[in-house]
Amino acid sequence: MPFFHKHLLGIQDLSKKDILTILETAESMEGISTRDVKKVPVLRGKTIINLFLEPSTRTSSSFELAAKRLSADIINFNRQASSVLKGESLRDTVENLEAMYADAIIIRHTAAGAPHYVSTFCRSHIINAGDGAHEHPTQALLDAYTIKQKKKKFEGLKVVIVGDILHSRVARSNILCLHKLGTHIILSGPPALVPESLEKFKVEVNYDMDRAVEDADVIMMLRIQKERQQKNSYPSIREYRFLYSLTEKKLKKAKKKVIIMHPGPVNKGVELTSDLASSDRSVILKQVENGVSVRMAVLYLLLGGKEREATD
Amino acid sequence: MKLLIKNGRVIDPASGKDEILDILIDKGKIIDLKPLIKDDNAHTLDVPGRVVAPGFIDMHVHLREPGQEYKETIRTGTQAAARGGFTSIACMPNTSPVNDSRGVTEFILNEASKKAPVNVFPIAAVTRGLQGEEITDMVDLIDAGAIAFSDDGQPVSNSQIMRRAMEYAKISRSLIIDHCEDKELSADGVMHEGHYSNILGLNGIPSPSEEVMIARDILLAEYLEARIHIAHISTKRSVSLVKAAKKRKIRITAEVTPHHILLTDKNLQTYDTNFKMKPPLRGEKDKKAILAAVLDGTIDAFATDHAPHTPDEKEVEFDYAPFGIIGLETAVPLLLDKLVNPGLISLQRFVEMMSLNPATILGLKNKGRIDIGTDADLTVLNLSASYTIDSSNFFSKSRNTPFNGWAVKGIPEITIVSGKIVHKVKI
Repeated sequence: MPFFHKHLLGIQDLSKKDILTILETAESMEGISTRDVKKVPVLRGKTIINLFLEPSTRTSSSFELAAKRLSADIINFNRQASSVLKGESLRDTVENLEAMYADAIIIRHTAAGAPHYVSTFCRSHIINAGDGAHEHPTQALLDAYTIKQKKKKFEGLKVVIVGDILHSRVARSNILCLHKLGTHIILSGPPALVPESLEKFKVEVNYDMDRAVEDADVIMMLRIQKERQQKNSYPSIREYRFLYSLTEKKLKKAKKKVIIMHPGPVNKGVELTSDLASSDRSVILKQVENGVSVRMAVLYLLLGGKEREATD
Repeated sequence: MKLLIKNGRVIDPASGKDEILDILIDKGKIIDLKPLIKDDNAHTLDVPGRVVAPGFIDMHVHLREPGQEYKETIRTGTQAAARGGFTSIACMPNTSPVNDSRGVTEFILNEASKKAPVNVFPIAAVTRGLQGEEITDMVDLIDAGAIAFSDDGQPVSNSQIMRRAMEYAKISRSLIIDHCEDKELSADGVMHEGHYSNILGLNGIPSPSEEVMIARDILLAEYLEARIHIAHISTKRSVSLVKAAKKRKIRITAEVTPHHILLTDKNLQTYDTNFKMKPPLRGEKDKKAILAAVLDGTIDAFATDHAPHTPDEKEVEFDYAPFGIIGLETAVPLLLDKLVNPGLISLQRFVEMMSLNPATILGLKNKGRIDIGTDADLTVLNLSASYTIDSSNFFSKSRNTPFNGWAVKGIPEITIVSGKIVHKVKI
């Protein structure tokens, strides 16, 4: 299973084969997290920097755990405790961190393209942990992993993604990833957040959520990102809830064995009810659990793979 | 001393001339124009195989002085202009302080007279402080030397104020240049809205952001029988609006930048901030429509929108970078290489859009033509010389160009202003 990438900047750069390689590697990582001694020495001696310039709980701790379970040394660098607040540029920040011999930098940033920009001058491996409204590749990979776990296949599945697609890096990475894997994708949400131009991604756009979810195998609900909304993207949360909240009634139109996904954090009562979020059809916590295995796989393939090849 | 330019191929769109002629210059004016002039008292410049055109005029330049001398100064910006083949430039008022009063206009002209190798024509603000609220003392500004009015990057959004400005500009026979942008529609957009903004996750600037304001300006100009000039036109629908307006005999003119003819939003895929400007690089269809509009006369002039920013300002995340790229030292070689040399547009049309038309739009009576009695501003082109654009040797203080490393054929070899050679390439 060769994997020839220096960075993980986005799903856009990955082939279907690359994605399957990551998912298979993640499977073999799964056992490590459930053992009594949750550690293997494959990345011993490697230094990883968790550079989170935007708040995050799930992704940041998931990467930290993944690195630690592979025995890498990881330091967490967050915006509040850094010189970024003093006006230090991203380039200077990264070059200074690199001067301390980092092998990989995991970067989360509010600006789309920030990891690409960093990769133009950096010698370490760059892993995109979410850049603006652009991509969040490890989220899409863990979502694909979860779907595979539950559905055993991708071809022919009907996946519906509902909410603020335009401003969602999760949606963008998922669309790219699930398209490569052969699923049929339908997007739903208000037109300001789901512009018709998205159909160029070879997906279907349907503003009527009741119709969109018909016979769905997977329903992925996205968080309404209040911090990214322009005025009048929709009239009110009340009206939004009326049209695009997942309810028991809407869910009845989907397949019986439909799974409900959400990248978190959930605005409970907006995108979906608390009941549905914790129902047996919800795989929201499974997604979080799988995040660690998938991120272990990514770190291993980027940092460990080559060296192993060389010594083998 | 007199200057005699011998054996050049003279292109003069005003008269349609395209022939080998000698040009005799004295005291800044052309005093003779015919084959085989002899004058033993003149310094001779022999330019066989070269094209001699009326001096090129860039009607859209940001010189940054006063106020932002770290990006560009009147000296460096005009040196870049001379090197790029321009003999005259018009500079936008978004300096600090804004050019909205006699003092600033006079400062620019005074500095230029001491430091600039080319002619500088200040464009003053339409409204005080570019605030879009009160129109400036236009007659006083014209008296001080302002050549036109524009709020450029901070366009007048209030239609009532635009109406008053156009009305008032009429009595002083001056021109309003509008950067057409509905800022509410652009919102926090950083690139053209379309498939590529969807891919890149960057906020889009929709085409109607430009088009609604062009439509408004056309309707006001028609109603008031006033003139309007559209800066850096960028979309297909904008072009058809201007074309229809011209058909209805509305007094409208338009300019286009080299980058909007040569690049599209597809070029942004590397998140390189040297592709970030306003209006943004549009789609392939827009690019094609613009080229067609250059050919059919809908677009009148080429202009660079030379907008210097330092590397520190541009070397940041895409969202945080300022809009704008420089163009004075790349426009002529790029257009020669990409449009003229491959035969997409004729040499006559190119020269017309670089000299005669901007001169006519700005009301520069003795410029833009090669004739006895006109100003001796000339641009000498070498259509067969090649070189590679290298931003590290620009005369401009800034380096923000997307064209660094492009190999081009066709260069501005000699620039002559008022009979003085201000730039000459050693070939």
